[in-house]
Amino acid sequence: MKHARIAWSGAIQQAVESDGQLLITHGPHKGQRVSFDDVIWLPPLAPVPQARTVIALGLNYADHAKELAFKAPEEPLAFMKGEASLIGHKALTKRPPEVAYMHYECELAVVIGRKARRVKKADAYDYIEGYTVANDYAIRDYLENWYRPNLRVKNRDTCTPIGPWLVDAADILNPMALKLQTTVNGKVTQSGSTVDMIFDVPTLIEYFSSFMTLNPGDLILTGTPDGIVDCQPGDVIVTEIEGIGQLTNTITL
Amino acid sequence: MQMTPTSHQPWQPQGTVYGTLLNFRREWALWSPRMTQAPHKAAPKAPVLYVKTANTFCPAGHALLLQDGVSEVDIGATLGLLMGEDGQVAGAVLLNDWSVPHDSYYRPPVKFRCRDGFLALPQQPTSGQVADWAALQIEVRRNGDVVQTVQLSELMRNLPALLADVAEFMTLQPGDVLMVGTDCLPDGTRPRAKAGDRVEISAPGFVPVITHLKGQA
Repeated sequence: MKHARIAWSGAIQQAVESDGQLLITHGPHKGQRVSFDDVIWLPPLAPVPQARTVIALGLNYADHAKELAFKAPEEPLAFMKGEASLIGHKALTKRPPEVAYMHYECELAVVIGRKARRVKKADAYDYIEGYTVANDYAIRDYLENWYRPNLRVKNRDTCTPIGPWLVDAADILNPMALKLQTTVNGKVTQSGSTVDMIFDVPTLIEYFSSFMTLNPGDLILTGTPDGIVDCQPGDVIVTEIEGIGQLTNTITL
Repeated sequence: MQMTPTSHQPWQPQGTVYGTLLNFRREWALWSPRMTQAPHKAAPKAPVLYVKTANTFCPAGHALLLQDGVSEVDIGATLGLLMGEDGQVAGAVLLNDWSVPHDSYYRPPVKFRCRDGFLALPQQPTSGQVADWAALQIEVRRNGDVVQTVQLSELMRNLPALLADVAEFMTLQPGDVLMVGTDCLPDGTRPRAKAGDRVEISAPGFVPVITHLKGQA
């Protein structure tokens, strides 16, 4: 099942994908079908009682590490983001006027389903609720070599679109063999596969849960492969992962 | 925003907690000669921030359990600015921003700073505005002895400047907390604590943060 959170009829609604439409699943509009174009798409994540932990990976695809002139890391290169950087599908992302290089990063996003602590790789899939697509934009002009990648590059307002769907883990038979693709104004600029991750999803869950508790609703953005290009105002960026969804975003000044 | 708990539940942050690196003059001066060297190559321009994730929140009355191979921690006495509506500061809290001692500031500090229980919280926050705390003096006691006195008059970016420079690239949300930084000792290290220690962070007008440290049984 593909789950969405949308704003429609003056309120936030929970819905699932059904025959190319959204079927509202809770509340007074339960059973109502609405078209994809008639709603505002929100991040497909249920609210959580405390700040959502958003872990993001850098250099987690060998080819991307090479592209950025780094040797592959020996342990996951992780940084944390604030939930406020997340926005939904079909939203606008701001590009500061003075920058020279702002690029997308198409990433498989893992949503944790159960409290996870000291989880072994072999059991890691039991702790996953589902998957979605994240576009973890970076503005390279602001890179500084202090806790790099620094938050001015990676934790900007509007710079982490996520969605459109939260896809149940049970529906994704092998999350480690999914094609990823990004298009800019319809032209393919990035293509890869989750099979090329340096640290795969079970390894990441084992690693993080070895020193911290992951809670339901927490996110792991698993990094991006080769093929990043500059995005200009007006560009329409579609980040897509096979079986998970197509996340559309437009750059604006 | 809720400033005082409605029950006897100790306070916890409602939003995301951010920390600030290298915001005291002494640590900046000690680092200065190395800032232009590899891997840094230049002094930081924007505030260098990190996130303290929700698993680090350690409410008043709870011990810090040292585990997973960690036997000693840096004490990180700081002030956290508590955001209200419209980007205004609504109050503040003393915090103990524990970290695993680390010499390199090159890569993000997730495994040093985001361990369970690594942010000790007070029972409740204090209302006020940033002007009230410009010259705040924070005392750190370990087993009763003063081991550090932190002066907020020694900040590189004072509170209004820090808030403005952070707001340039991200909007703090109501309930978010911005920690203003932790100072080092004259030799560049931070006071440390280990299992069995009792650490108290206090300052005039604030509820203290008291932590007992325990080891793994």
